[in-house]
Amino acid sequence: MNDMTLVGKNVDTRNIKISARAVQVYYGDTHAIKDVDVDIESNTVTAFIGPSGCGKSTFLRCLNRMNDTIDICRVEGQITLDGEDIYDPKVDPVQLRAKVGMVFQKPNPFPKSIYDNIAYGPRIHGLARNKAELDEIVEKSLRRGAIWDEVKDRLDAPGTGLSGGQQQRLCIARAIATEPEVLLMDEPCSALDPIATAQVEELIDELRQSYSVVIVTHSMQQAARVSQKTAFFHLGNLVEFGETGQIFTNPEDPRTESYITGRIG
Amino acid sequence: MTDTPDTNATPHSKHGASLLELTPRTKRRNAAERRFRMYGMAAIASGLIMLVILVVNIFGAGMGAFQQTFMTLDVELLEAKLDKKGNRDIADIKKVSTFGYAPLLANAFETLVAKDGIETDLSPKKMGKLLSKGAAAQMRNYVIKNPDEIGKTVTFKFLTNSRVDGYMKGRVTRDSIANDKSISVTQLDLVDQLVAAGAIKKRVNLDFILGSDASDQRPEAAGMGVSMVGSLFMMLVVLALALPIGVAASIYLEEFAPKNWITDVIEVNISNLAAVPSIVFGILGLSVFINYMHLPMSAPLVGGLVLTLMTLPTIIISTRASLKSVPPSIRDAALGVGASKMQAVFHHVLPLAAPGILTGTIIGLAQALGETAPLLLIGMVGFIASNPPDSIAAGLMSPNSAMPAQIYEWAKRADPAFYERAWGGIIILLVFLITMNTVAVILRRRFERRW
Repeated sequence: MNDMTLVGKNVDTRNIKISARAVQVYYGDTHAIKDVDVDIESNTVTAFIGPSGCGKSTFLRCLNRMNDTIDICRVEGQITLDGEDIYDPKVDPVQLRAKVGMVFQKPNPFPKSIYDNIAYGPRIHGLARNKAELDEIVEKSLRRGAIWDEVKDRLDAPGTGLSGGQQQRLCIARAIATEPEVLLMDEPCSALDPIATAQVEELIDELRQSYSVVIVTHSMQQAARVSQKTAFFHLGNLVEFGETGQIFTNPEDPRTESYITGRIG
Repeated sequence: MTDTPDTNATPHSKHGASLLELTPRTKRRNAAERRFRMYGMAAIASGLIMLVILVVNIFGAGMGAFQQTFMTLDVELLEAKLDKKGNRDIADIKKVSTFGYAPLLANAFETLVAKDGIETDLSPKKMGKLLSKGAAAQMRNYVIKNPDEIGKTVTFKFLTNSRVDGYMKGRVTRDSIANDKSISVTQLDLVDQLVAAGAIKKRVNLDFILGSDASDQRPEAAGMGVSMVGSLFMMLVVLALALPIGVAASIYLEEFAPKNWITDVIEVNISNLAAVPSIVFGILGLSVFINYMHLPMSAPLVGGLVLTLMTLPTIIISTRASLKSVPPSIRDAALGVGASKMQAVFHHVLPLAAPGILTGTIIGLAQALGETAPLLLIGMVGFIASNPPDSIAAGLMSPNSAMPAQIYEWAKRADPAFYERAWGGIIILLVFLITMNTVAVILRRRFERRW
C-alpha cells in the first residue's frame, strides 16, 4: 500500500460513502455487470477504467438510478449511500439524484440562459427562498465550476452558445448547484480538447475537497492524474480495485496489466 | 441496376491509365447519374406544371365570384302601397309582402327609362326582371328598418339577376340564351343601354365572402360567409378537443408508457386510424353522435366531434415525432439534477417539442378544414341558408354548412352561375389553407432549435 507515494498522493483515512455489494445488472437477457463489489470513499476521486462496453458507465448509472429510465434494465444486489439502500422501494430516485449528481459524456446544457441552467436544480428542490439567495447559489456554483469569470457578464446568454469546454464546466456547475454529496462523471472530457480537459481535471481535483467524485474515463493518463482510487472493469467484471498508484504500477491481475500496457482494450 | 460487374474489364488496366481519360465504367456511372437527375427534374417540372394549370384554372374560373353586377335605381316608396293607413305602424308595414313591392320596381324602371330617354319595347314589369329576385325583399327590409322613408325617393343598389351578371362577365351571350326563358335579347339590349347610362356596373361583392347561401333561383346572392362561420366553429371544437387529448396521449405514450405489447398495439392502431377513410368517421359520427347521443343534425358541434376523431391521429403522430426528436441528453440532464420525470417532460422536453406540436396541429386543422366526406353523412351539406349565429351556443348547435360542403353544394346545382361561385369558394378555402400552412412553416422556422 505504500506504492502510492510513487504518484505523490496523500491518502487520508476516509469514510465509505457508497458501498456496492454483489451488484448484477441485466439488459434484457444480457448480463452486463457481474457481481461487483466497490466502496466509494468520501473526499476521494474514484476512477472507473476499462475497455469500451465493459460496463463501467452502466455501473456508474446504477449509483444514482439513472438506469431506471431504461425499461429492460434490471439491477440486483445492494448499493448503499451512507448505509441506506438506494434501491429500497421507499427511496424516491428524485431525492437520490439530488444527493448524487451527474455529469454526462456530452455537454448537455438546457437550451436556456446560463443563469437558468444553474438555477433549475435549486428551484425544483426549493433550495432558495428568494431571488437574492438564488443569485448567490448561481454565483457560488459557477465559481466552483471555474467558469464564473468567463460568463459573469452574460448570464442571460443561452448556455448552448458556450464552447464545448465551457458547456461541460457549466454542466458541472449545474450538477453542484443542488449541493450533492457525490458527483458522478461519465467520461466528462471525451468531447473536449486538451486545454478544456486540463481545466476540467483541475476542477475535479478541487471538487474532491467537498464531494466524493466518481469518474468514468477512457484515458488512463487521466485516471492516473485525477484519481486516488481506480477500478478496472473488464467484460462486466470488476477485475481490480485499489489505490491508483498501485493499479498503474503494480497491478495484481494480469488482465489489468495487459490493459494499462495497451495489450487489450 | 447499372452497376452490374463488367466482365470485360481487365483489373490490371487500372495501373498506368491516364486520369484524363474516363474509363468506360466511369462513363456509364456518370451517364446513369445524369439520367437520374433528368428524371428528378422532369418529375418536379411536371408537378409544377400541374400546379400552375390548377391555380390558373381556379383563379380564372373563380375570380368572377368576387365581383357582381349591381344596378342603382331610384325607387319612390309610395305611401299608398306600403302604408295605406299612413300612421307608420310597423305591424301594418310588415303586413305588406314582397309582392306589394314589385309595382314600385316597375314604376322606378319606367321613370328611369323616361328620364334617360332609353327606348325599349319592354313592359316595366319585364324590365324589373333584370334585377335579382331578392330586390323586393331588400326594399322591404329597408322600409321596415326605416319606416320614416316611406313617401320619399330612395336610391337602392340592387343585385341584377344572374343572367345579366353573366352577360356582363361574358358567360352569357345573345346566342347562348336562345332557349332561355328567364332572359331575352331585348332585355340584353336594355342592359347595354343601362350600362351606357351608368346605372348597371360591376362592383366588388363583399357579400360573396360574408353572406349566406341563397336558393337555386338567386345564385347572384349566394355567399360563403355563414359556412365560413360553420367551419370556424368546427375548428374551435377540433382545437379544443384534439389538441389537449392528442398531446396528452402522445406525452403519455412517448414518455411514460412502458414499452410492451399493449402499447405496441395502441401505436399500430393509431397509425391505422390515420389511414381510415374519412367517410367512415362520418358514419361513426352519424350513428354515435346523432342516432345514439341525439345531438342535432347538421350542427357544427357534431361536425367538430367527427373531425376531432379524424384529426387526433395526425396530431398524435406529429406530436410523438417531435417529442422523439428532443435529444435524450436533455431528459438525462433534467433527471440528473433531480427533476422528476414529469418535471423533465414539462419543463424541458415539451417546450422544445412545442413548435413541432403546433405545426402538426395546424396541419391537422387544415386537413380537417378541407374535409367534406364525413360532413355529407351528418347533414352539413344541402341548402342551409341560415343567418349568421348570434351566440356561441347557437353557432355550435344550429344547423350550418362548412366551406368545402358549401362548395360541393354549389358545384352540384344546375344553374351555371353557381359554377363560378363554387370556384370562388375554392379560392377562399385555398387562401385559408395556404395561410394556415404558412403559419405552420413560420412557426417551425422561428422556433426550431438546432443541436
